[in-house]
Amino acid sequence: MNRKQDNKPRKNALILFFHKMGSPPWFYGLSGKLVPWLWAAFVVLAMCGLYLGLFRAPPDYLQGESFRIMYIHVPAAWMSMMIYGLMAVMGFIALVWRIRIAEILAMSSAPVGAAFTLAALISGALWGRPTWGAYWVWDARLTSELVLLFLYLGVLGLYNAFDEPRKAARAACLLALVGAVNLPIIHYSVQWWNTLHQGSSISVTGSSIHPSMLWPLLIMALATKFYYAANLLSRARLMLAQQDLRKGWIQKALVKPADNPLEGHSENE
Amino acid sequence: MTVQKDASLTGAFFALVRRDLLLAFRRRSELLFPVFFLMVVVSLFPLGVGPSPELLARIAPGVVWIAALLSVVISLDSVFRSDFEDGTLEQYIVSGQPLSLIALAKSLAHWLVTGLPLVLVSPLLALWMNLPSHAIGALVASLLLATPILSFVGAIGVGLTISLRRGGQLLSLLVFPLYVPVLIIATGGIMAAIDGLPYTPFLGLLLAGLITSVTLAPFAIATALKISLS
Repeated sequence: MNRKQDNKPRKNALILFFHKMGSPPWFYGLSGKLVPWLWAAFVVLAMCGLYLGLFRAPPDYLQGESFRIMYIHVPAAWMSMMIYGLMAVMGFIALVWRIRIAEILAMSSAPVGAAFTLAALISGALWGRPTWGAYWVWDARLTSELVLLFLYLGVLGLYNAFDEPRKAARAACLLALVGAVNLPIIHYSVQWWNTLHQGSSISVTGSSIHPSMLWPLLIMALATKFYYAANLLSRARLMLAQQDLRKGWIQKALVKPADNPLEGHSENE
Repeated sequence: MTVQKDASLTGAFFALVRRDLLLAFRRRSELLFPVFFLMVVVSLFPLGVGPSPELLARIAPGVVWIAALLSVVISLDSVFRSDFEDGTLEQYIVSGQPLSLIALAKSLAHWLVTGLPLVLVSPLLALWMNLPSHAIGALVASLLLATPILSFVGAIGVGLTISLRRGGQLLSLLVFPLYVPVLIIATGGIMAAIDGLPYTPFLGLLLAGLITSVTLAPFAIATALKISLS
């Protein structure tokens, strides 16, 4: 490995980084170092954000205390869309350059994104009860989230239907890509449909939010990004380890340095 | 040289469409399944919600369109199923012709066999559902422009699920979310026609969707087939 790098000393640092990221042992090692820090950053930020949002922010003059659901609902909705976009980008990389790590990252994103979508839908329904007087209103944003959940379920369902993991990942990546092309069309058509049918929807978020209400929201938005990164890398490491269980590098990585790695091969089961 | 290659491309394209149409017409009874399915589903609605003409007229665009969606999805599997099972699909891949061209021909043939009959039978359904007569044109036009989109986008899902033994239910989960814009725009156009408003903008949007899906979907179908057969 070292010799290979020495042959091309003028390689761009960024390209080198991507090439290294394509190597399973290197990815496994780096992500293993990052994961604890990402989880820690999430916990600290989420505690700050929830404390400020749930206890320090003043109640809304119109909605009272119920507006505090926003601190879960809005970051979850943002994440659900961002993760779908990232999943499609990684799916594109996986299909075009056939990088296995990109396949694994795309497929590890899908359950996290689906969970955020579900969280956004449930918190939206709970928020809808005091605000609109009903748990479910066919509001444009809720409907878009519902379709997004179906898209996520399609990707997950397709991935789990195949026996061979790499084929499954590539098929699901293509579906994610097709969905990403459709997503803006779905979003705008649903918005338009909503105005056509004149639902009883009220615009919830005012045009301006007071800073004492805005800061906790931004902190929570940052916290959910760290949650995604930590969860993504943990899942990707597990998926990689499961797929490569019979390969030498993972057995070396899983066996503690104190044990003899060469002995560990045969009795690692 | 290039002329000759072009000729072989169009030759392959029309040969494939002709073959699929011929196969379909050899089994005429199966040809009518999607139409019967559509008629049965639509006729269930008056039985389910009551025969009130005003109510039926109001829900007619949605009912006919949802029944058309279901009918297309039920028949989607036939785009590649028999070719996959007897190995013809692999022969297409090694034939040297671009797979996207083959996907285009197969999807077009699928629409001619299943989508076009739905368009032709739709005026009858409009009468059943008490759709105002000035909106029948919008219904037929929207079906004519948008059922090919369903065939082309649906074929991507078929390509992805063809190698699975129980791909049918999964297929519907994959393609229905992608059909949402088509349903919204098509029914919106018919509603506008019922209210006496101009509906050509809706048909324009459907035409845009048709052009986009016909030009882009064959590449996605080809990629999906290559993944499935790898």
